[in-house]
Amino acid sequence: MPKPIEFSVNGKNVSVSLDNEDTPLLDVLRNELGLVGTRFGCGLEQCGCCMVLIDGAPEKCCTKPTSSVAGKRITTVEGLGDAEHPHPLQRAFLDEQAGQCGYCLAGILISAKALLDKSPSPSLAEIAQALDGNICRCGSHNRIMRAVEKAAAAMRAGAAR
Amino acid sequence: MNAPLPGPLSDNPNLDRWVSFPSPGKVMVLTGRVELGQGVLTAMAQIAADELDVAMDRITIRSGDTEKAPNEGYTAGSQSIQFGGVALRQACADVRALFLNQAAKLVGCNANELSFRNGSIYRNGKSTGQDYWTLSGTVDLGVKATGAGDRKAVADLNNIGTSSARVDLPGKVFGESAFIHDMHLDGMMHARVVRQPNRGATIGSIDENAIRRAAKGPIEFVRNGNFLAIVGDNETAVEAAGASAARNVSWDNVEAPTPTQQEANWLLQKPVVERAFGAPDGGNPKNRERYEATYTRGYLAHASISPSCGLAVYRDGMLTVWTHCQGVYPLRAALAKALKLEPSSIIVQHMQGSGCYGHNGADDAAADAAIIAMQKPGQPIRVRWRREEEFIYEPKTPAMVVKVRALLDDDGKPVDWTQEIWSPTHNLRPGAGGNLLGAIALPNPLPEPPPNDVPEANGGGATRNAEPLYNIPAKRILHHLVTETPVRVSALRGLGAMPNVFALECCIDELAERAHRDPVEYRLSITADARAKAVIEKVAAMAKWNADARGGTGRGRGIAFARYKNRAAYAAVVVELSVDEDIQLHRVWCATDAGLVVNPDGVINQLEGGIIQSASWVLKEQVRFDNGVASFDWETYPVLKFSEVPEIEIELINTKDEAPLGVGEVTAGPTAAAIGNAVSHALGARIRDLPLTRERIMAALLRG
Repeated sequence: MPKPIEFSVNGKNVSVSLDNEDTPLLDVLRNELGLVGTRFGCGLEQCGCCMVLIDGAPEKCCTKPTSSVAGKRITTVEGLGDAEHPHPLQRAFLDEQAGQCGYCLAGILISAKALLDKSPSPSLAEIAQALDGNICRCGSHNRIMRAVEKAAAAMRAGAAR
Repeated sequence: MNAPLPGPLSDNPNLDRWVSFPSPGKVMVLTGRVELGQGVLTAMAQIAADELDVAMDRITIRSGDTEKAPNEGYTAGSQSIQFGGVALRQACADVRALFLNQAAKLVGCNANELSFRNGSIYRNGKSTGQDYWTLSGTVDLGVKATGAGDRKAVADLNNIGTSSARVDLPGKVFGESAFIHDMHLDGMMHARVVRQPNRGATIGSIDENAIRRAAKGPIEFVRNGNFLAIVGDNETAVEAAGASAARNVSWDNVEAPTPTQQEANWLLQKPVVERAFGAPDGGNPKNRERYEATYTRGYLAHASISPSCGLAVYRDGMLTVWTHCQGVYPLRAALAKALKLEPSSIIVQHMQGSGCYGHNGADDAAADAAIIAMQKPGQPIRVRWRREEEFIYEPKTPAMVVKVRALLDDDGKPVDWTQEIWSPTHNLRPGAGGNLLGAIALPNPLPEPPPNDVPEANGGGATRNAEPLYNIPAKRILHHLVTETPVRVSALRGLGAMPNVFALECCIDELAERAHRDPVEYRLSITADARAKAVIEKVAAMAKWNADARGGTGRGRGIAFARYKNRAAYAAVVVELSVDEDIQLHRVWCATDAGLVVNPDGVINQLEGGIIQSASWVLKEQVRFDNGVASFDWETYPVLKFSEVPEIEIELINTKDEAPLGVGEVTAGPTAAAIGNAVSHALGARIRDLPLTRERIMAALLRG
């Protein structure tokens, strides 16, 4: 019996036993933990659909061995908020209708969260830079960047209250 | 006598194929048009809400289902709203009329004294106590549409014309199960296909040990002829085995495409079927000045953000397939043929996939799942292609060569226009006789269909938008339909429209320059169509077009125009960019006339997407061949990034009394040509080959 790997996902402790400890974190999230919000796009760490926060830093997890995240804190898009309690980013993405197919959005929301965590007032150029690790093929880029700006403003206003 | 029914409604006349009232307060709207990321379900819900007089939140939409929904062929060609939406409007209007008539009988009054408000029926402002749901047991929707229901006047529309929020977006933003990839069937097994490199290639040897070692978990092989798949419970193991198998299965009779074949000019030497349209060639009796230029574009990939996916189960003689393809009925017919089943024993249901811009791998992934499911009765199978597999095996949009020849009058205006095209077909969809990829690997595969392209009556394939909309006395199209291709080709957003509009709108700029005329003014001087004039004038005003802007400074502006298929939406685009070694896009302005707009923000979203995708094609994209398809990931096939996207400003000329027109494809051509024209303005030198690579910029500068 393989040794369980323990880490936290969206604030909850989880423990998984894997025959293959190199199983990518993405596969564990989707297939073992039922968290399908993080999407598979390439399996090559190129497109950013699988972006999650690992101890607060944005990382692509489609080839990341699950054993490497033992003891770490993982945040996925499901951890940002839900329909009842949306994160300001999620609210802004809906306000701006920032998406077409929406497949890339989970990863983009995570990259944007990481940006706003360290830089609450990013310029448009900084937002674009922060999202360059994510591919959007439908061409929703401008809406997405507007939504991130809007969320940043909302979060600053919230913090000031 | 009612007007003829809209096409899709006359094909699917039973009203219960469109609307039902499944439970109190709820409306089920069915449509054959499927969500591809373009927001069509939201627009359809708006249409139904208006014509049925119910609030949007009462409506559930079901789409793309061979059991329930109407057969509307493919969701393609920017036709969903133009045809499918109009059909749904009429179906809903007929349903509303049937219910009003029934209520009138019960109440004992004339139907025209009654009206609906959010599904309830009122007489002179007072509730009658009747609604869709109290009456639904007594109104038979199994009857045929008659067109007797009056569609509402534009002034009475409440939802149509408003920017309703996308119904599918919240689930995607909150990370819910939203895509076919997220579907889970009880006891489901995962599968990856070991792709046959080309028709006729045969399996040489299989290094099973190497593949099993790479899997690091239990897998099994499923084989039928040269169709080979790896199946297992654990997706990680199956994915690793699939990647390994791509290298550890050897094939005989492989025909790998070569670098020479990747260039559009390769098409010039290939066998063709000759096709000709338009004015006969009158020669040049008046010895007019002649202008000639040739434009090319390479092969493009769809490069959808997610690889294709399909699920299937074969149980008790019924095959059920889940797919993100564009046409569930044509896929069902193709599966029936390939698997030798009756269509009636196949159910195909649409599930959303990632953005779809044409005939990608979706049908094939569904067929893969179906083939494996047939080999393992009772066992649900999920196939998801690998990224590399998607890039290599999705149908490409073909390379094209477009040669324009114009005869000019004394003012430098064209009086005779020939657009000569070398292009393979743009349609090898299953519904056009194209084979499902996995089925070609089975024993005794069906033959390839004879060379053909999308009929001109449907907008044409390679010839799409080859005819200028401008006032030119004689116009003709010569299409050399190339019958041999190095890779499988089929439909991508706009088909031939992008290369054709690129060629003709660049050529128009060249003619304007030759006549020392401003490109905007020159276009207007040869345009009679008022709606065309309006979008050109509008975009020029938006961009503060300056006729005297000096060229050759490294910064430039270009304009281009098209009416998609010469009968759908109008768009004019201005691009501002600068060029040093590479091209930086700064701003894009776009004016569009799409008739009656159902959802303005949805339309703008589609136009923006079309502009950005076209910009990406023009600046970056070409599928490379080198002993096989050498564009197999996002590094070998880069697309436009966030930091490379221009600012975009769009205005809609909302001609409410005109029929609604689709917009998904209208900006592709004008954007490409406006970029081409802006680059020429910036450099003082013309580049006629796409993509506009650094090498081509350097070469153009050297040519001067």
